[in-house]
Amino acid sequence: MNDLGMAFATAFGLIVGGDAALWHIIGLSLRVSLSAVAVAALVGLPLGAVLAVMRFPGRRAVVVALNALMGLPPVVAGLVIYLLLSRSGPLGSFGLLFTPAAMVIAQAVLIAPILAALAREALSGLWEEYRDQLRSFGAGPARAVPTLIWDGRFALFTVLLAGFGRAAAEVGAVMVVGGNIEGFTRVMTTAIALETSKGDLPLALALGLVLMGIVLAVNALAQALREIAARQGA
Amino acid sequence: MRARATCLPLEVEGLRFAAGGAEILRGLDFTLDAGAPTLILGPNGAGKSVLLRLLHGLLSPTGGAVRWALPEAEVRRRQAMVFQRPVMLRRSVLANALYPLRLAGMPQPKEAAREALARVGLAALAERPARALSGGEQQRLALARAWALAPEVLFLDEPTASLDPAATRQVEEIVAAIAASGTKVVMTTHDLGQARRLAGEVLLLLHGTLHARGPAKAFFDSPPTEQAAAFLRGDLVW
Repeated sequence: MNDLGMAFATAFGLIVGGDAALWHIIGLSLRVSLSAVAVAALVGLPLGAVLAVMRFPGRRAVVVALNALMGLPPVVAGLVIYLLLSRSGPLGSFGLLFTPAAMVIAQAVLIAPILAALAREALSGLWEEYRDQLRSFGAGPARAVPTLIWDGRFALFTVLLAGFGRAAAEVGAVMVVGGNIEGFTRVMTTAIALETSKGDLPLALALGLVLMGIVLAVNALAQALREIAARQGA
Repeated sequence: MRARATCLPLEVEGLRFAAGGAEILRGLDFTLDAGAPTLILGPNGAGKSVLLRLLHGLLSPTGGAVRWALPEAEVRRRQAMVFQRPVMLRRSVLANALYPLRLAGMPQPKEAAREALARVGLAALAERPARALSGGEQQRLALARAWALAPEVLFLDEPTASLDPAATRQVEEIVAAIAASGTKVVMTTHDLGQARRLAGEVLLLLHGTLHARGPAKAFFDSPPTEQAAAFLRGDLVW
């Protein structure tokens, strides 16, 4: 009990005092996860929109696969990326293993299916409403997909925030492919895991508080967006 | 009037449509020519909306044919449709009017869109989100959006069904102006007064068949059949 109280006190001290190592870890976490969301969005959002708009053979199989991939265990994703990026792997020559780039790739692979599945769900309703009108305008799928992505932008932004939350909170994949190297690939989640096992609770707790603060802020932003969207009648 | 080939007349031959085991249209034959608006009347479930969607190409017939005077690829751009519940893109009023113009590759789409909004009295609302408009304003925007394309044929599916009398009158004025500008209007309605005001000719659908057809004045003054007369009186028609 006393330990916990002291840990909290020290944790606040670290956050308020602007501890350099702490802020470096936080900064890297944000950079990696935001980059991963950006990369995953480039693939996931158009894929989700295409699945909402087009009917083609094998579509159901793709939807089932995406839903299954949403539950992909991060360590397994990390292991696969590790094998691909390791020196003897097919992409080994790029020398990406144990770099922030590898962590971005791993998180992007993890959340792209989530973005695609959530985007498909968010855009299906919109497509129901738009389908006849867009066909009447003579818009084929190649025009309908960007139209849906733009008109569904509020819903899709909350999808991106959900993806960011998942990426930032993930520990297994970045641990495997990043290696948790101090000052280079150590992010909040891997640092928390390490410091806890070492018994340095104040640093772990400080990082945990910041991480929860970020998740809270992201959800508040998502809620605010939903309210703005509702006001605009979107 | 126009120095281009026309997609009318539209010939409908043995048109059938069935969905989920129910026959909705049971073989229609008629021709639509350029000229005053054609009003499609009939009780609920007669197949009016389905007929419009088949003519516009949103549905494919299960039998028979819809034949335009031009190849299908050219016809698409020469017709437009406005739905009972207007579909508003989640954008500004102006962006809604612009969307189909850009899609069709019209020259100077911005000017055309603004002009179209001005014609239906929405110029002052151009920057507002379209979905924040009232029901009547939304339907006027849908009409402006279709009108801006200068279609040869405009299909209207009960455009005033959910509007109050004032908004209905505004929509009717716009429809009359569209018809006067040379566009062939093909419209369904439940409002017989509206049909009298707008129609050049009338098609009466009963039970998925074309029961009667004729010039509007003659149709309303002396209905061609006992069932047509009953329909105009507001009696149940079986």
